[in-house]
Amino acid sequence: MEVTLSVNGTSHTLDVPDNALLVEVLRERLGLTGTHVGCDTSQCGACVVHMDGRAVKSCTVLAGQADGADVTTIEGIGTADELHPMQEAFRECHALQCGFCTPGMIMAAIDLVQTNGNLDEQAVRDGLEGNLCRCTGYHNIVRAVLAARDNM
Amino acid sequence: MADTQTGIGAAVRRKEDARFITGAGRYTDDIDQAGQAYAVFLRSPHARATIGGIDRAAALQVSGVAAVYTGADLVADGIGDLPCGWLVKSKDGSDMIQPPHPPLAVDRVNYVGEPYGVVIADTLQAARDGAEAVVTDFNELPAVVDVATADQADQIHEPVPNNQCYDWELGDSAATDAAFAAADHVASLDIVNNRLIPNAMEPRAAVGDYDAASGVYTLYTTSQNPHLERLVLAAFVQVAPESRLRVVSPDVGGGFGSKIFVYAEETAVIWAAGKLRRPIKWRAERSESFLADAHGRDHVTKAELALSADGTFLGLRVNTIANMGAYLSTFASSVPTYLYGTLMAGQYKTPAIHVGVRALFTNTAPVDAYRGAGRPEATYVVERLVETAARELSMDPSEIRRRNFIQPDDFPYETPVALTYDTGDYEASLDKALQHADYQGFSARRAASEANGNRRGIGFSSYIEACGLAPSQVALSLGAGVGLFESAEVRVNVTGSVTVITGSHSHGQGHETTFAQVVSDQLGISIDDVEVVHGDTGRSDYGLGTYGSRSIAVGGSALTRATEKIVAKGKKIVAHNFETTDDNIDFEDGVFSERESNRSMTFAEVAFASYVPANFPLDELEPGLSEKAFYDPGNFTYPAGTHVCEVEIDGETGVPTIMAFVAVDDFGHVINPMIVEGQVHGGLCQGIGQALLEHGVYDEAGQLVTGSYMDYCMPRADDVPSFTVDTTVTPCTHNPLGVKGCGEAGAIGATAAVMNAVTDALGVKSLAMPATSETIWKALGSAG
Repeated sequence: MEVTLSVNGTSHTLDVPDNALLVEVLRERLGLTGTHVGCDTSQCGACVVHMDGRAVKSCTVLAGQADGADVTTIEGIGTADELHPMQEAFRECHALQCGFCTPGMIMAAIDLVQTNGNLDEQAVRDGLEGNLCRCTGYHNIVRAVLAARDNM
Repeated sequence: MADTQTGIGAAVRRKEDARFITGAGRYTDDIDQAGQAYAVFLRSPHARATIGGIDRAAALQVSGVAAVYTGADLVADGIGDLPCGWLVKSKDGSDMIQPPHPPLAVDRVNYVGEPYGVVIADTLQAARDGAEAVVTDFNELPAVVDVATADQADQIHEPVPNNQCYDWELGDSAATDAAFAAADHVASLDIVNNRLIPNAMEPRAAVGDYDAASGVYTLYTTSQNPHLERLVLAAFVQVAPESRLRVVSPDVGGGFGSKIFVYAEETAVIWAAGKLRRPIKWRAERSESFLADAHGRDHVTKAELALSADGTFLGLRVNTIANMGAYLSTFASSVPTYLYGTLMAGQYKTPAIHVGVRALFTNTAPVDAYRGAGRPEATYVVERLVETAARELSMDPSEIRRRNFIQPDDFPYETPVALTYDTGDYEASLDKALQHADYQGFSARRAASEANGNRRGIGFSSYIEACGLAPSQVALSLGAGVGLFESAEVRVNVTGSVTVITGSHSHGQGHETTFAQVVSDQLGISIDDVEVVHGDTGRSDYGLGTYGSRSIAVGGSALTRATEKIVAKGKKIVAHNFETTDDNIDFEDGVFSERESNRSMTFAEVAFASYVPANFPLDELEPGLSEKAFYDPGNFTYPAGTHVCEVEIDGETGVPTIMAFVAVDDFGHVINPMIVEGQVHGGLCQGIGQALLEHGVYDEAGQLVTGSYMDYCMPRADDVPSFTVDTTVTPCTHNPLGVKGCGEAGAIGATAAVMNAVTDALGVKSLAMPATSETIWKALGSAG
C-alpha cells in the first residue's frame, strides 16, 4: 500500500507492506534509528514518537494508520546545538545512562508535560508508567521531567 | 589547567549524552551492511527432548530463504562448544563437570528457547516464514525444573551424575561446628533467592560480516567485553584466529552482566556470514531475551548464625544449592562460589565461617552473573540473618551490627573466607545512614501508620562487595581461565589533543566522561581535548571489558599508569630542550617547568616537539608521545555501606510502598559524583525489583511462565521512590586513584534492606521474594 506521511517536517510517500509498522518505516525506510525497539508487547516504550502531536508507541501503529499524519521522532525535536528543553533537562539531570530507552522516554515526557497542567512527582511517575528504564531507577528521569516542566 | 569544573571529583555532564538525547546513538541494531541477510533462530519449544530429525526442505522452498543451518552443520564445520571460563573444584579435589554445550543443539535440547538451528533469508519476514516451515521431530522427556530436588531427578547430561556440576566448600568446617556448639543462640533461615531475568533495555543483537578479499570477519555485537568475545570465538569456538576476527561493541544499551557472555546467536551469525559470504543480522525479540539471555540468582539456601547472648557473632554456616540452568554459561561456575562464599564475612568479625555450595543443572535457561553476581545473594543471606538474630535477641538491628563491625584499626583484615579487606569504616556509613533515615523518628512514624490501619517497617542492610575484578594470579589460582587486568593507551596527538583507548567498555556507565576527567586532570588539559575510544578490538590491543564494578578501579588505574608514562617521557623531552636532567623538571596543571628557573613548556608544545623532533633526544628516546599500560590489581576493592529502607504496607490490600530509601556507600574516591549517584539509583531499583516485583518462573513442564513484560514485573517509575544517596570515603589503599567501584552496590545492598523492612512491618520472620502485594496480603492474614 502507499502511504504519505510527514516525518519531522518532511513529507514522504512510500510503498509499504500492509502489515508494516510505523517503527519499521521510521527505522528501516527512513533511517531514523533514534526510535528504538525494546520489546514485542507494547510495554517498554522505547519506540514512542509523536503522531499529530500525541505520544504513540510506534511498534503498535500500522504505517497505514499514519497515512496523512504528522510524525515527530527524537531526531525532530532539537539539534545538538539547539536542544529541546526536555533533552536539555535529561542531560543536565543525568536522566540517561545507556541511552536506549531515552528517545522514547523523552518523547513520552514531552507529551506528558504538554497535556498536564499540574505535574508533580507522583504524576510524573504515573505518567511514565508505560516507559521502562533499567539503568536510572527513574530517580533522575523524574527530576528531569519536573525541571523541563518549568522550561517548556 | 586541572579544572575543578571538569577534573576528578566534579559532576561533569556527560560527553556521550549529546548523541543519545538526539537519537544519534549507534547501537548494533542500527547498523546495516549492504546486501545483508537476516537470521531467525529455531528454538526448542520443550524443556527437555531428543531431536529425531529436522526437515528443512519446506523452509528452503520459502522465497528469500538462503540457508537453514542446524547444530550438526556447525559441528561438521569444526565449530567448538561454548566454554565456561572458570574451573571450580569440588571439595574432594575433583574438577567440576562441564557438559557439552554446542552453540546450536545437535541431538537434544535442554531448555525452552534453546537454539538448535538458524534460518537465514533476504528479509526478516522471509526468515520468520522459513523458521515456521521447518519441521522438527522432538521426542519430549520429563523436565528437571526444581533445583532443590534436581540431584534426585532424571540425569540431564550423560557425563553429569545427579545433575551435579560441583560440590564446593570454603572456610573451616570444624571451627564453625565448634562455634555453634558454644553458642548461646542460633538464628536460622531458609532462603530462596529468586531467579531474575536481566532485561537490559536493548535486546542482544549481532551483525556478522566476512570480507572474502582479506579473510577478515567483523562482528558487531552487544557485548560488555569484545576482546573476551573475540578470544572465545577464536580460541575455543574456532570461528577464525584473532588476527582475522574483529569484534565491535558499538553503543550498547545496558548489560547488567547479561552481555558478558558468549552466546550461541552471535557465534552462529559470524560463522554463517563466512559460509554464505554475505553480512547477516540478528536482533533478539524481547521474548527471545527472556528465554535465552542468561538469568540471574536462583539459590536455595539454609543459613545459620551462632551468637553469644550479648549478640556477638561466633559462627556462620551456609549451605546453598545454586541453579546453573541447563548448561554452564561463560562465568556461571564462579558466581555462587568465588563471588558468593567469599563474601560471607560481610562487614563483621565473625570468627568461623563455613559455606557449602552445590551447583546443579536443571532444564532451564543458563544462569550466570547478573548485577552483583553472587554478592547480592551473599548479602541477602548475611543481612537477613543478622536482622533475624537482632529480633530474636531483642536487640536494635543497628546496634547488633555496630557490635560486630570490623573496626577501622583492624585493617588490613583477613576474613575466614579467603579475602583481605584493605580498608573501610563501617560505622561511619551506618551512622550517616541512620541520620538520613531519621531513625530516631521511626517509632512515631510507625505509630502514625498503625493509627491509620497500616503497617510500617524499617530494614537495614550493611553490605560489602569485592569489586575491581581481579588480581590475575589470585583468580587464575582459583580456576579463572583468563587474566583479569586491564589495558589503556594514551595517544597524545601532534597538536596536543588526546585519544584514550581503553579495554573497559561503557554500556551506560559514562566512561567517555569519567575517563576523560581522569586524563584531563592528570595531564592538565581541557576535557574537550580528550576523546575516549572503547569497544573495538580493531582499535585497542586487548581488554577485559566491564563487569564486576571493575572499570574505574582496574581500567582507570591502567589509564593512570599510561598518563604517568606520558608525563615521564614529557619530562625527558623538556629536560633535553632545557639542557638539564628530567629530575629537574616538574609537571603541574599541564605545564612542564624547570625547577628554580622561569623556563617552561606547555603540554601541547611538548606534544608537538615529540612528533616534530627538531630539538629532541632521538639517541635516547623514540619520537612520538603515545603510551600503553596494562594494570593488574594487587587486591580486590571492597566498597561497602549501609542501606536503610522504610516501607508502609496497606493494611487492607497488602500493597507495599517504599516511603524512604537511604543508601550511604563508601566507594573510595569518586571521579564523578553525578554518575556515581546514577549508578546507585539504578542498582537500588534492581534490588527493589528483586525484593518486591521480579521473578523468573518456570512451570512443572519447564515452560517459562514469565516470558514477557506482561508477565515479568519490571520496576516502573511508579514502583520506586526518590532515593537519598550519600557517600563516605576511605580511599582504596592499593590502586593509584584510591577508587573502589560503584556499579553494583545498589543491587547488592537494597534487596535485604527491603525484605528486612517488609518482614519488620508484618512481624514475620521471613517472606518469599518477590514480596508482591498478594504475598504480603496473605501474610497479613496469617500474622493477624
